[in-house]
Amino acid sequence: MKSKNLNVFTNGLLRENPVLRLVLGTCPTLAVTTAAKNGIGMGIAATIVLVCSNLVISLLRNVIPDKVRIPAFITIIAGFVSVVQMLVKAFTPAIDEALGIYLPLIVVNCIILARAEMFASKNSVLPSILDGLGMGIGFTAVLTLMGAIREFFGAGTILGFAVTSKFISPMIIFLLPPGGFFVFGMLVALSNALAKRKGKPIVEKMGCENCPAKDSCDKSTESCENAKEAE
Amino acid sequence: MKTTTMIVSILLAGLLTNNMVLSKFLGICPFLGVSKKVNTAVSMSIAVTFVMIIATAVTYPIYYYLLQPKYEYLETVVFILVIAAIVQFIEIFLKKYIKPIYNALGIYLPLITTNCAVLGITMLNVTDFDITKYSFGKLYLFSLTNALSAGLGFMLAMVLFAGVRQRLETADIPEFMKGLPITLVAAALCSLSFLGFAGIGG
Repeated sequence: MKSKNLNVFTNGLLRENPVLRLVLGTCPTLAVTTAAKNGIGMGIAATIVLVCSNLVISLLRNVIPDKVRIPAFITIIAGFVSVVQMLVKAFTPAIDEALGIYLPLIVVNCIILARAEMFASKNSVLPSILDGLGMGIGFTAVLTLMGAIREFFGAGTILGFAVTSKFISPMIIFLLPPGGFFVFGMLVALSNALAKRKGKPIVEKMGCENCPAKDSCDKSTESCENAKEAE
Repeated sequence: MKTTTMIVSILLAGLLTNNMVLSKFLGICPFLGVSKKVNTAVSMSIAVTFVMIIATAVTYPIYYYLLQPKYEYLETVVFILVIAAIVQFIEIFLKKYIKPIYNALGIYLPLITTNCAVLGITMLNVTDFDITKYSFGKLYLFSLTNALSAGLGFMLAMVLFAGVRQRLETADIPEFMKGLPITLVAAALCSLSFLGFAGIGG
């Protein structure tokens, strides 16, 4: 039993890392990682929301009717996001400034809804908390790494400490939007290369398999293709 | 700034300099996941634009008259619930009364509730325009223009990128870059080209 719980916890760290293996939560990953500090802030905020919403949803899993489960999940998540938003505003205003609208946008971060749908609504309380914690730490780790890479190349600093900024002029492009897409692409390529060496499947598509909106998305693309064939 | 100048600059910003997808990273899921065919991309973005405008039309008055200045902390909860309700309502309404539009766009609607571009634009409307400087009428006009231009910008990025992806399908790509990584690098180049517009429209 204990090893099973441990397994649930470590799942999110590497094997099913939400960003690199499941490819969820791409929006905040690209948007806030202009500095390692922002990555840590975003990661911790999302982890708190993830653990709390997983806890409450797994407690309520037998009460929420199946038909209205998505709106119910969103309401629970939005409540916790508001709490976290107020805490961040009060205690670390600098992080609040840096994260901007991406902090309240944790509500629509697909990692949280996906874990609610795939895990917390089907499992008991303790595994759900561990799952949220593991996924959250995995998310934070990747965001911090990506923030550090972009900060190092784009500003010559890491966590605000000067590394190369004194003698090499930094490549600002890494701090701009294209740098975000590029660094993320390279990280996914790296994780794919490592996965391949270990004989694991590589990530080729967006995280559609794990996306809560998968059904309607599939239906829409399918009917679009059918319409095109009919033409 | 004069109202007309302001509106032109909002339109230019949404389309080119502050593009929803390529510089604000909102709506990345449909951008990377759906945009393989040009016609899918177009109908998806028409649906998104439509919902963005209606969501703005409803949430902005709620913010102006009910939430500010005392209850701003409720913004997140209220906005997401209002958007979810609106999307449901639009779906039911179109299904019952305007069948042709429902057949064309209805399938995308459930997808849009959890699209961060829609919630994002309603929140940006609140932060983008200084509430103490303008009257409600002007603010409302700016917000609606902002939603329209963000939607059009979304469409521009989706359509351009659908073209790029069709070319990628036949390209010779190193094994480990295949699929998502090369798509992201292509998106980086797309976004780089949009940086060239920086400065247009003030």
